[in-house]
Amino acid sequence: MSEKNRSLNGVITPQRKNEFFKSVLGFIRKNWVGFALIAAMFAVIFILEQILPSSSMLFVVLKKGAIYALVAVSMNLLNGFTGLFSLGQAGFMLIGSYTYAIFTIPLEARDAVYQYFNGGIIKFTVPVPVALIMAGLAAAIFAYLIGLPVLRLKSDYLAIATLGFAEIIRAVFQWDKLGPVTNGSNLLKRFPSFSSTLYPFFVSGICITIIVLLINSSYGRAFKAIRDDEIAAEAMGINLAKHKQLSFTISSFFAGVGGALLAMYQTTVQAAAFKSSMTYEILLIVVIGGIGSVTGSILSSFLFIASSEWWLRFLDDETYIGSFRVPLLASGFRKVVFSIVIMIVVLFYRQGIMGTKEISVDAILRFFRKLFGKESREEAA
Amino acid sequence: MTENILHTEKLTMQFGGVVALYNLTIDVNKGEIVALIGPNGAGKTTAFNCITGVYEPTYGSVTFCGETIVSNHPQGKMKKMYLGEKDSEKLKVIRPTPDKITKLGIARTFQNIRLFNSLTVFENVLVAKHMRAKQNVLTATLRLNWREEKRAREESLALLEEQGLLQYKDELASSLPYGLQRRLEISRALATEPKLLLLDEPAAGMNPQETQELAEFIVKIKNKYDLTILMIEHHMDLVMKISNRIYVLDFGKLIAHGTPAEVQKNQRVIDAYLGVAEDA
Repeated sequence: MSEKNRSLNGVITPQRKNEFFKSVLGFIRKNWVGFALIAAMFAVIFILEQILPSSSMLFVVLKKGAIYALVAVSMNLLNGFTGLFSLGQAGFMLIGSYTYAIFTIPLEARDAVYQYFNGGIIKFTVPVPVALIMAGLAAAIFAYLIGLPVLRLKSDYLAIATLGFAEIIRAVFQWDKLGPVTNGSNLLKRFPSFSSTLYPFFVSGICITIIVLLINSSYGRAFKAIRDDEIAAEAMGINLAKHKQLSFTISSFFAGVGGALLAMYQTTVQAAAFKSSMTYEILLIVVIGGIGSVTGSILSSFLFIASSEWWLRFLDDETYIGSFRVPLLASGFRKVVFSIVIMIVVLFYRQGIMGTKEISVDAILRFFRKLFGKESREEAA
Repeated sequence: MTENILHTEKLTMQFGGVVALYNLTIDVNKGEIVALIGPNGAGKTTAFNCITGVYEPTYGSVTFCGETIVSNHPQGKMKKMYLGEKDSEKLKVIRPTPDKITKLGIARTFQNIRLFNSLTVFENVLVAKHMRAKQNVLTATLRLNWREEKRAREESLALLEEQGLLQYKDELASSLPYGLQRRLEISRALATEPKLLLLDEPAAGMNPQETQELAEFIVKIKNKYDLTILMIEHHMDLVMKISNRIYVLDFGKLIAHGTPAEVQKNQRVIDAYLGVAEDA
């Protein structure tokens, strides 16, 4: 930075602007393969939607997988990158999905939805994108308030406290007295949802990009420092309370957005569905993917959803080969298999799929170069 | 008259009925290397922890560059259990968290090395630059702080180069050999731009050759960064060689202080280290 620019404190001179754009352009040029891959992915999904019937299992997996990927990455930000073992994710998703639903149910549908509560007390709607952000903000505000007392706790105690809060939130939202707002324990429905698979991909994609940017920023480094050694981090001038609170709030913001997306996907919302088992599912995804790996969480959330919704469905069905009934295959057996999988992962494969590594375009290119390099050498020999 | 950097006033730390530190009053002046020595369990690290805000002292205050940064008096349960001397009850209560003290300009290293093991050497130093950068979480995420970030990176690289760690920049901190980990920890403390550096047993686990190098290193960084150094050390040759003044602690109490030559001759110090015969 030249002396001249420094003297114009805070004023953006054309020179500065140029420098900024140059760095942005440089970034795009450096990562064009990545951008091309993302564009290709969207194109492939778009084409698939044209060819395959919309009831195809593939779209269920892609939609739900994208939503769970967002929630898993948000949980990873907290558990994997900041080292705060929190189990409140389902609670914040619940807040997000309720906020979204409450503010987007069309006015003409309210009388039918809130049939026991005289059409509810909220008499306005907001556009969907605004509602998505509100869903995140509502979850973040709750997280901030919960975080004030809870984040003083460490490891297991923090997990128990956040789990407790998630359960309390679930109970409170079903409370009859709050009916005019939350519709009590009844369903919320008829709010706008999406039909295209591209929609959750787009929203999750933006949110995950923001989380990745955060993780790679100065604050992300501070989070990782806290995870590695709290005492040393504090001695390096990192305000523990502030940074933990920040990580907790941001994680919950994206869990809230994920909850709103889940509401859109399911087209109905009911507090009873956001049980602690939902948090465990997300935890399972994070652990399998690798605690501290964003791409690991994304990968494993698609794998998990594909397995639970599609590939392993047969485990729940009673199957006969001729007149022979295949043993063990009965409703609920899928859950047993998942439990065994998590035990195997924890016992023998603690790093998960990715450990703390990330899949990057560079790594993929390097891998292929190595692969082809080896082949060409073998051919030569 | 030399400028006073650190002053502790009757610093007392009591864990229940155990008095770990008793009415410790020390002064450190600008540009000095002061050593705090004493047998194991004398309360040296406790003194460090009180100065850096890790512990709240039961009684006493710490003044840094003329400003009182820590101050406390016995409260609650400790009122009855307190065993030390008091001037008055009217001491102010100032209990900053360690990060605030680091921000004021006191950096420290730890007795058992505490690096960020899953971060690289470069990132370890960068973390220390976090608190001084003008940024918030939004500008940092959207990279609007890129100028600050660039400056932090350049400064960190320069620091690593000076400390001879540049070639290890992308290695994990945990993969460095022991001596280099010590050096990295000191570099990381320097990256916080301190005025006063507290070194907790910097030569622990080092052989005479490495200790010799460390002594030169400490004097070098002191002059280069215009530092004042307060250190805890057991290697007497290191202490005697580089420190201007020495404070000797035993069972939480200050038993002697003076220049290395004076302290070496002090009978109480010899007794504390070698023990006193029962019938003497």
